[in-house]
Amino acid sequence: MTDTSFQPARAPRVMAGPLAFEASGLVKTFRATRAVDGIDLAVPPGGVFGLLGPNGAGKTTTIRIFATLTRPDAGTARVLGHDVTTDPHAVRGRISLTGQFGSIDACLTGLENIVLQARLLGLTRRAARARAAELLGAFGLSDVAGRAVKSYSGGMRRRLDIAASIVVPPALLFLDEPTTGLDPQSRSEVWETVRLLVTHGTTVLLTTQYLDEADQLSDEIAVMDHGKIIAQGTPGELKASAGAEVLHLRLASPGQRDQARRLLTRTLGVAVHPEDDPLALTARIGGSAGIAGDAGIGGSAGIGGSRASVTAQKAAHEAAHEAAAWALSELAWEGITVATFALGQPSLDEVFLALTGHPAEEGYPAGNGHPAGDGHPAGNASPAPDASPAPGTSRKEEAA
Amino acid sequence: MTTMTAPEIAAAVAQERPRQPSALQVTLTMADRALRRVRHEPEQLADAIAVPLLFTLLFTYLFGGAVSGSTRGYLHYLLPGTLVMAVLLITVSAGLSLNTDRTAGALDRFRSMPIWPPAVIVGSLIGDVGRYVLASSLVLGLGFAMGYRAAGGAVGVLLAVALILVFAFSLAWVWTTLGLLLRSAQSITVLSFAVQFPLTFASNAFVSPATMPGWLRAFVAANPVSHLISAERSLMNGTPAAAQAGWVLLASAALIAVFGPITMLLYRRRG
Repeated sequence: MTDTSFQPARAPRVMAGPLAFEASGLVKTFRATRAVDGIDLAVPPGGVFGLLGPNGAGKTTTIRIFATLTRPDAGTARVLGHDVTTDPHAVRGRISLTGQFGSIDACLTGLENIVLQARLLGLTRRAARARAAELLGAFGLSDVAGRAVKSYSGGMRRRLDIAASIVVPPALLFLDEPTTGLDPQSRSEVWETVRLLVTHGTTVLLTTQYLDEADQLSDEIAVMDHGKIIAQGTPGELKASAGAEVLHLRLASPGQRDQARRLLTRTLGVAVHPEDDPLALTARIGGSAGIAGDAGIGGSAGIGGSRASVTAQKAAHEAAHEAAAWALSELAWEGITVATFALGQPSLDEVFLALTGHPAEEGYPAGNGHPAGDGHPAGNASPAPDASPAPGTSRKEEAA
Repeated sequence: MTTMTAPEIAAAVAQERPRQPSALQVTLTMADRALRRVRHEPEQLADAIAVPLLFTLLFTYLFGGAVSGSTRGYLHYLLPGTLVMAVLLITVSAGLSLNTDRTAGALDRFRSMPIWPPAVIVGSLIGDVGRYVLASSLVLGLGFAMGYRAAGGAVGVLLAVALILVFAFSLAWVWTTLGLLLRSAQSITVLSFAVQFPLTFASNAFVSPATMPGWLRAFVAANPVSHLISAERSLMNGTPAAAQAGWVLLASAALIAVFGPITMLLYRRRG
């Protein structure tokens, strides 16, 4: 319990001392499912590290191993230099966990929850009350402090949950899907909170299935699928790895879309996709090839080489801009009116599709070899005795 | 309506890590939490207490005369039985709240904190003793109002209650084991009724086993609930109770010795 020093400002990404968390060859199997299938990570302190992946990708299991809740079957995991299996107590003294399902007591009031947490961490009764008042104020919960948590909105619960996690500020904070099920306003409040915590020296390991969340918050992202990390890098690197920029067009009249599509295909020399919106078209330009059908980009090849080829990418971007300008003038020449257009990096959604061959926020398509269809490994919950749990009662992801 | 400001969050984060709490502080904190839960949701407890209270009234006035010749004489026989029933029925709440904590993610948080794991469970169980005391007072209060008088006096009654508390605390470890083993709260409730009702009815709680068929008499004699009720009767009547009470204490120790470690193993392994 000696690491009480906190960086006054954002800790530099590269620094001496132990890594915030690291894993090598991490494996966790639930019955026949390899929920975590050979993960290697080395993340220095400071900033937000995002684990991005669909339901059942193994994100929660990974976070649970780091939080000493689940023992790995193989490999090692260390938090700030302490092994999670051989020295869990030291790990627990440095971390804080906000679980996917909220970790607070709905029967109790917000105030009671924070005081409880503070008392369990060793604060005196008076210090616990003071700290609770301070945190509830900071998180905008003073007005509801005396109300039972079950009367709180989803966003209020989440904020209380995060407040409870930083009663004693941890060196490393785990946030397991912190905004799942929240409305946009609450979501941005949670994001704001996470950013502020990071500014004041906490390292955050965040799991999310929302690409924009990973994009907004993370300094570095590992994309997980089927228990493996299939890509890792900064959001920018991940996007650049898709190797193409995307031109989004919206026409003035839907009747001209087919004509515009043919023209763009010819001018740009790439596939042009009509979108659900009858006015909209999308095309990937620049880069070597359209990546929509190219699932082979995954693995280290896609991201690892990206840093080395920054100049090549810059040239590709410029070429893409010229091609787009040329295409737009061709449309004008043909009398097709463009209402709006945008040219930019592909979204992480598109990157994810390119990496995995399936969209991030949907279930797995049937018959792609993923167990049990709905993407739930059996979970480490309980073995036999309770005969047949209703499917609806089991936890959402691979948590247990 | 974000009211957070950077300075406030900064103040929030500039917090020194306190000394690790003692096992006693953790235990008392968890006990306090269990008591607060009762205070916030007394209706949960009310359900469990209503049954023994109802039985006390119903059995006394409905069957009392027929069984014992007078309602007062039957109440004298019955009350220790419904007292035991009331408390034993509530012991299941230990398993239910642990199961809720597990489903709600609260256990994950406790397990990821630097605290002595048994303190989390023991503390909750100590808090549950508050429920047992409340249930005992209500049943005894009703009994006294109906005309029950304990020959053993206040000391006998207090000793009787203390013995139930010890046994209930020990039995609760069975429910904590099941609370961690079974997935849903519902399956725990169902199991609790399936186990507790036969054990309560096939005992000496309501009628003397003298008129029962031999096989049932054998079961009643072996039923630990019968021993507990006999001990209660002796203590409240002021007759020698050492043998029966000793048997109950031994059974209590055995329950903890077996189910305590299993609970803690399950808690560590999977929460």
